[in-house]
Amino acid sequence: MTTHVEITPALIAEHGLTPAEYDYLISVLGRTPTITELGVFSVMWSEHCSYKHSRKHLATLPTKGPAVLHGPGENAGAVDLGEGWACVFKVESHNHPSAVEPYEGAATGVGGILRDIFAMGARPVALFDALRFGPPDEARNRWIIGGVVHGIADYGNCVGVPVIGGEFSIDPCYTDNCLVNVMAIGIARHEELMTARAEGTGNLLVYYGNATGRDGIHGATFASAELNENSADDRPCVQVGDPFMEKKILEVTLELIRSGKIVALQDMGAAGLVCSSTEMADKGGLGLRMDLDKVPQRAANLSAYELLLSESQERMLAVVAPENLEAVGAILAKWDFETCVVGETTDTGRFVVEHHGVVEADIPLPAICTNVPKTEPVDAAPPQLDVRDWTDIDTDAFDWGALLLAALHSPHFASKRWIYEQYDHQVQTNTVARPGGGAGVLRIAGWSGLLAGTLDGNGLWCMLDPYEGTKCVTAEAARNLVACGARPLAATNNLNFGNPRKPAGSWQFVEAVRGLGDACRAFDTPITGGNVSFYNESQRMAVFPTPVVGMVGVIDDPAHLTPPAFQSEHDVVILVGPRATHCGASRVLRDLTGDLVGPAVTLDLETEKRSHAAIRALIVEGLLTAANDLSDGGLLMALAEMSLGSHGGMGCEVVLPEDEERACALLSEEPSRFVVTCARESADAVIERCEAMGVRAKRIGSVKGGTFAIQAVCTLTLFELFESWENPL
Amino acid sequence: MSARWAVVVFPGSNCDQDFVRALRDVMRVDVRVVWHKDSVPDDVDCIAVPGGFSYGDYLRAGALAAMSPVMESVRRHAERGTLVIGVCNGFQVLCETGLLPGALMKNRALRFRCHDAYLRCELDGGPFAAGQLAKGDTIRLPIAHGYGNYYVPADQLESVRKQIAFTYCDALGEVSDRANPNGSVLNIAGVTNEAGNVLGMMPHPERAVEALLGGTDGLCIIRAMNRWAENTAVR
Repeated sequence: MTTHVEITPALIAEHGLTPAEYDYLISVLGRTPTITELGVFSVMWSEHCSYKHSRKHLATLPTKGPAVLHGPGENAGAVDLGEGWACVFKVESHNHPSAVEPYEGAATGVGGILRDIFAMGARPVALFDALRFGPPDEARNRWIIGGVVHGIADYGNCVGVPVIGGEFSIDPCYTDNCLVNVMAIGIARHEELMTARAEGTGNLLVYYGNATGRDGIHGATFASAELNENSADDRPCVQVGDPFMEKKILEVTLELIRSGKIVALQDMGAAGLVCSSTEMADKGGLGLRMDLDKVPQRAANLSAYELLLSESQERMLAVVAPENLEAVGAILAKWDFETCVVGETTDTGRFVVEHHGVVEADIPLPAICTNVPKTEPVDAAPPQLDVRDWTDIDTDAFDWGALLLAALHSPHFASKRWIYEQYDHQVQTNTVARPGGGAGVLRIAGWSGLLAGTLDGNGLWCMLDPYEGTKCVTAEAARNLVACGARPLAATNNLNFGNPRKPAGSWQFVEAVRGLGDACRAFDTPITGGNVSFYNESQRMAVFPTPVVGMVGVIDDPAHLTPPAFQSEHDVVILVGPRATHCGASRVLRDLTGDLVGPAVTLDLETEKRSHAAIRALIVEGLLTAANDLSDGGLLMALAEMSLGSHGGMGCEVVLPEDEERACALLSEEPSRFVVTCARESADAVIERCEAMGVRAKRIGSVKGGTFAIQAVCTLTLFELFESWENPL
Repeated sequence: MSARWAVVVFPGSNCDQDFVRALRDVMRVDVRVVWHKDSVPDDVDCIAVPGGFSYGDYLRAGALAAMSPVMESVRRHAERGTLVIGVCNGFQVLCETGLLPGALMKNRALRFRCHDAYLRCELDGGPFAAGQLAKGDTIRLPIAHGYGNYYVPADQLESVRKQIAFTYCDALGEVSDRANPNGSVLNIAGVTNEAGNVLGMMPHPERAVEALLGGTDGLCIIRAMNRWAENTAVR
């Protein structure tokens, strides 16, 4: 029973295809598509699946390196950790779903990224979340914030993967489009790694997990368009998560992979059954025949269109040789899963779908996987920005003590304890460095090193200059790893942007990718995968261009692990890195004035690398007691964090460098800078080592219990700092 | 003879491997994993019912697990004196099974909470403390739960009072409402059965067995059980 639907120009437009794309579709097919085929083309050609706006630029990123085992194109990237261990990691966004249905949107975002990791054969061991919202004094923003945090907590806690780090950032630009980016890290032995490349004809497509319903149909297309006042009507596009099912799928999937009885594996994420099946077949240069009557269904009268496009969660598709079906079925049965053979691989290179005995789709695979239409080039031009120079602000009039307390009380800088205490951050008993400080650090049983991870972004820096800003963001991620004693190994990225069809969106994206590439090349951290999220834009505003960089690093010797907060009274506080020259792009000034305060922060890659080398050398020599990088909020916030994060309340007494203007010294977010502490007797050695490596180092004070004092700036008690800082939403 | 341990695994358990690692890699004792459809073998001396979300916590935390075949065998073991420890979701399962009194409700603040908590030992010797913890000792263990608010009806409170194993306290050992992370009655963090061979507790001793991860206080409880079982092997 074919669903006869006339293909009208309106229907084509509704499916997000331009007239030129539709002409291409006709030329590929040689006839008018069925409604099912139109749906398939629509999702497979959506930005979410095809990266049609971004592919050309992403191709410029460095993706190779001695440690890379699997680069972009797989479910997730994989890097070698040594001793036969591999780290699998990737970041993914769930921005659009979270903006209309925060709880389920964020929860299913966690589910999706976890499946990408275990589909590679790795056990997920850690999550990081980078969250960006509009100001919580608006009720709707509060609803979104609460829902997102709760959704991540409920899903991650139930599956049993600890959230060990992340960021929480507030800016009015994220009011209509919140950003919810989640990075997952998994661990596997090299020989356990699995790919999503089908091989051999006559192999069976085995479907397991949740039955298919109507939820999430056209989620990929939905994620590839601007949100508008009717977006709430798209709520049925948001899927509903079931973390218990996910946990069972995780365990059975790892058991299946370890059994050696499956050829390839992919989760059904965006564009569901279509995308997972066709991508695996296309990678192997094969074809597919699928019988939709065999797909388990939990809603009545699902059409072929709905079955193929549904984004019901917690579903997997494995390619299995016929002789292994029984063994696979036995493992699935142990976990109470049915074994559903829904199709087989063929040598035709075509995607043939039957439903109720009728061929509903017959499409050449390359047309939906590799030879997707490229979009016509869009004019790229920088947006007109209304930037106010920082020198216009009368910083001399600031009451710095009051300013510090107010900033600490703001949701952007306030303690994130209320968030990370809702996440089980210790399950699996690997968490060495808990959330709330710098990088998250894990041990891996049976491996001699420690694994560090971080997820960082800064829309404000990138709004002022997407190229320099993205370089600075990448550098900040690397600094976070370096500060904890790690050597940065590889990176993943989540590129959150506005509408790429507009000149400003297009320009920002191209500039950011260029910055990301240059920085990753300089730091030898290849990009092993990532995610692009466009259309984070409403009729009234677009988000700041917000590339978020996830990075993993290795602490070769656990003795190198360095805490981010003050450790001992009388330790010397030393500022490492170049002199502060301006306080443009300052988060504090942005929050204070509501303006874009310039100039942009810029990064000299060689200076940054020298700073990294100096800190690493000091840590390896065992000279440092603590290290923290300077980022948003500058030295002022770095010192406050180091005090507030210390056990037993250790403050500091600091004198600012005499060669820096006071506001710059306190607020500058210029890169390549660290604050470190060391024992008194090591201070001269620390400064000498830095200077010998061409890095400026200045002794600025010492750790002192109970007080937070910066000469000619503020004298506060730690209690006052705490009182302001502990401000749960 | 060294004690033999079993760790029960339900679909949805997620602290089972943490327990196995604490026992096998840190304590270096014999441990086997028992799937929910199977029975705990007769020659086991100590049983751990781990944390997580057994059966997705559907219906009620621990309610479905209480009906599983494996729990029938745990009940038989408990009746003949085998030591049983249920942690977090395992505590909920033991309450639902009827091996322990009371029930665990949603945290007072209606939020999941994960952080370190201080506990006062209320046990005076016995299988979970002997030789390791004295009454009044303070230990620090991680908690991570959304449903840890322990409740017993008023008419059972007096009998339960004698079975309290641990209470939430502050760093100085003071049992106060401020130190109560979830609203539990009498600050109860863990209770035993009347016979004293079954312990349920919300805090995670298996998460505090290595200094690298922030503490080793959990070893006291596991060690005490191990020694007790070695000395009194009922098998």
